Amino acid sequence: MSLDKPYNDVPGTTIFDADMSRLGYHLNQFCMSLMKAENRARFKANERAYLDEWPMTEEQKQAVLARDLNRCIALGGNIYFLAKIGATDGKSFQQMAGSMTGMSEEAYRDMMVKGGRSVEGNRYIGEKK
Amino acid sequence: MAHITASVYTSHVPAVGAALDLGKTGEPYWQPLFKGYEFSKQWEMEQKPDVIFLVFNDHATAFSLDMIPTFAIGTAAEFAPADEGWGPRPVPKVIGHPKLAAHIAQSVIQDDFDLTIVNKMDVDHGLTVPLSLLFGQPQAWPCPVIPFAVNVVQYPVPSGRRCFMLGRSIKKAIETYEEPLRVQIWGTGGMSHQLQGPRAGLINREWDNAFLDRLINDPDSLSRLPHIDYVREAGSEGIELVMWLIARGAMSDVDGGKKPTVRHRFYHVPASNTAVGHLILENN
Repeated sequence: MSLDKPYNDVPGTTIFDADMSRLGYHLNQFCMSLMKAENRARFKANERAYLDEWPMTEEQKQAVLARDLNRCIALGGNIYFLAKIGATDGKSFQQMAGSMTGMSEEAYRDMMVKGGRSVEGNRYIGEKK
Repeated sequence: MAHITASVYTSHVPAVGAALDLGKTGEPYWQPLFKGYEFSKQWEMEQKPDVIFLVFNDHATAFSLDMIPTFAIGTAAEFAPADEGWGPRPVPKVIGHPKLAAHIAQSVIQDDFDLTIVNKMDVDHGLTVPLSLLFGQPQAWPCPVIPFAVNVVQYPVPSGRRCFMLGRSIKKAIETYEEPLRVQIWGTGGMSHQLQGPRAGLINREWDNAFLDRLINDPDSLSRLPHIDYVREAGSEGIELVMWLIARGAMSDVDGGKKPTVRHRFYHVPASNTAVGHLILENN
């Protein structure tokens, strides 16, 4: 019997469920390791070498190196874990969230100040805006 | 006997903590938000709760993917503010209430809610930002706090209905505790926000305000709202709002008593990526 996942038709949204968590386990645990200052320093000194200590897929490592958060999420990353990479880079949560939208940092901030992204046209994939 | 005097609801946006810690509360961006909590800070000083039962979620801080408890009650004597990657917030450590927490765990588990008991846990912005919003920047928090962590990070998260019923069970547990403690229950997180993907930045002012209306007047029907409605209408991280239903389930009207009194209601957009909602209900 297939599982009930009614959330796959929400545009621009990946729900971090048990299946995604399974795919992203090592990626997310790598992120978790960045909560320790000594690990942040080691990662910054040689990102590739640090990533190679983790049994992550090459695709996941490339996505981290490129700081492509959308790609990280598609490969099982969760935003609260990925935020540790942003913290290591000295980025705010707003900068991280904005980086996934294709908008400039300034445009994203302005959109938020003006009340955020409207839900109209953003409820279903393929919905007319 | 102990009893619940009020429920308090608030968002727990990390940037709000940073604004407080870095002395930015007077900046035009933040001023309107902190103004919305002025009444509440005064109210808390008058209320003087003995204990706060604080429902929040951990954001990949105390719980990695090694263990993902759906409901976790903090039974320790104290909880340290966590280093979430930016260094720990400069706020007082959180003093627990192990005796009441153990009593609640005993009662609620016997009432068929399978809690995870946590004797060691650092607490992140989900717990400390609400304390800062309601108490400001004291040397020590004014009363003990029982942290109650809910998994809203990995789906499936508990349903709104389950949370609502759990709140009712927590109330029963508190009311059978023999000391005459005045307990507040807080529900935190939300309101509409999405932190991930191309839809990041979603805010739904209309939905949020309807949620507040229903939370006040018709929590039973609100508790039956499916997850997908939260995700679609309030953003993937808007799901945190199920935690508010735990606090609401602990009000007396759910058990046939009188409706609570709305003491304060506040709504503001934005705080960083998030819509901020805040509500105080006094139990009757």
